[in-house]
Amino acid sequence: MEAQIFQLQYAIDTFYFLVCGALVMWMAAGFSMLEAGLVRTKSTTEILTKNIALFAIACVMYLLVGYDIMYDGGMLLADIALDGASSADELVSSVLAESSEAGFDGGSVYSNASDFFFQVVFVATAMSIVSGAVAERMKLWSFLLFTVVMTSVIYPMEGSWTWGGKDVFGMFALQVGDTGFSDFAGSGIVHMAGAAAALAGVLLLGARKGKYGPNGQVKPIPGANLPLATLGTFILWMGWFGFNGGSVLKLGDISNANAVAMVFLNTNAAAAGGVIGALLTARLLFGKADLTMCLNGALAGLVAITAEPSTPTPLLATLFGAAAGIIVVYSIVLLDKLRIDDPVGAISVHGVVGFFGLMIVPLTNDGASFAAQAFGALVIFAWVFIASLVTWGLIKAIVGIRISDEEEYEGADVSECGMEAYPEFTR
Amino acid sequence: MKLITAIIKPHRLEEVRDALSIENISGLTVTEVKGYGRQKGHAELYRGAEYVVAFVPKIKVEIVVEDSIASKAIDAVVSSANTNSIGDGKIFVSTIEHAVRIRTGEINDQAL
Repeated sequence: MEAQIFQLQYAIDTFYFLVCGALVMWMAAGFSMLEAGLVRTKSTTEILTKNIALFAIACVMYLLVGYDIMYDGGMLLADIALDGASSADELVSSVLAESSEAGFDGGSVYSNASDFFFQVVFVATAMSIVSGAVAERMKLWSFLLFTVVMTSVIYPMEGSWTWGGKDVFGMFALQVGDTGFSDFAGSGIVHMAGAAAALAGVLLLGARKGKYGPNGQVKPIPGANLPLATLGTFILWMGWFGFNGGSVLKLGDISNANAVAMVFLNTNAAAAGGVIGALLTARLLFGKADLTMCLNGALAGLVAITAEPSTPTPLLATLFGAAAGIIVVYSIVLLDKLRIDDPVGAISVHGVVGFFGLMIVPLTNDGASFAAQAFGALVIFAWVFIASLVTWGLIKAIVGIRISDEEEYEGADVSECGMEAYPEFTR
Repeated sequence: MKLITAIIKPHRLEEVRDALSIENISGLTVTEVKGYGRQKGHAELYRGAEYVVAFVPKIKVEIVVEDSIASKAIDAVVSSANTNSIGDGKIFVSTIEHAVRIRTGEINDQAL
């Protein structure tokens, strides 16, 4: 009887993990729609191509080497099905032995393959963040080349130091005093890391033609399709329940089920707070209710709560989200003043707010300290930013990263993909 | 024959059409156009930065009528397109030399 209950617990936890992974996979659709909505029609096919290609490359590279670097999961996932056991029956008995030793309320139990599936969609999420920031002016193949490096080495390395529990370059652990670095579902590990790679790319790439005037004036380049951008944001919002909810890693007992429910509740509350924070800030700053800022505000709320969605009260989660919504508006305006052209606001949403999310963890989680959070954030940012800068720099020197002025004027759709997204539109 | 060309606000098109039908004016041609007058366009906002929409969408209505009813037609357009605010548009009137109905070959006033 006990063995059967453990079997059921294993099954429900695996099922939960897989469904959450599928929800996170769906975030790729959200990023695609958000980015397609916030660029011009002439760059739409190219950004969609980037989004689906980066997802595929991330899945393959993480399978080949990334998962092994991050979690010692084995190159090419050769042993993933049996998880070190000699036969399927032996695997069952070893899982049952582990479960009965740990007890019903013990650690997570789920299929090894479901762990890979859940992890791999996070890599794709980190990479999706980059594509929006470099939109409309980057060579498609240079971007895909960077995707290979980011998803096989850069992300798995910093992932191994954090969730993987390894020492940084084998030298020291991400710890200050007794407290370690705490990032529940990846405000820093996934989101800030993606933004750091994006920032390095944007700095080497430069702004879109016509975005900034000679005297520093900002010339907006309005997105082509705000309904798509709004749909993309709602898809991301939904996918985030998998992102944060799945990161509890277990559902199959009362206390973990309660934790999962809190995470869903807080994730939703923070997104709602983010929208309201950004909406009010935009209204006060600009005099108008800027929809694109509301969309970024929702994502900012989600990014901020990702580092710790289980310990805040619902009210605090809402307030954290609202603060993130306020921060993101100021950050977007500031980056424009610095002439850092980020068409979708990815660096502000995922980078600036990702850092904010890490730093508010100690407010509700006694197990974290500000010093350890700041140190961890610094290590992640420094590694991803520098490694990305070198990678982008090498790609720039060898094959170039930017399309020509004429190609940019005609649109990346024609120069990179040879087709338009809306061929029957009259301009 | 007179050609009456009216540049009007898009949302007044239905009223203009109704007013002209009441006067028994049997045909008009409509074009979506963009342009600016003394307003010089208007400003819009995107992500905190203002940009100028230099050409405002308008509707161009073209009507050709007999000389005798030209002034009634003009009055009908003026009264129906007027919202008493800037950007209501303008009317230009010119003389038409010749008109032909393609199906029957009728000319001038018979062709209208």
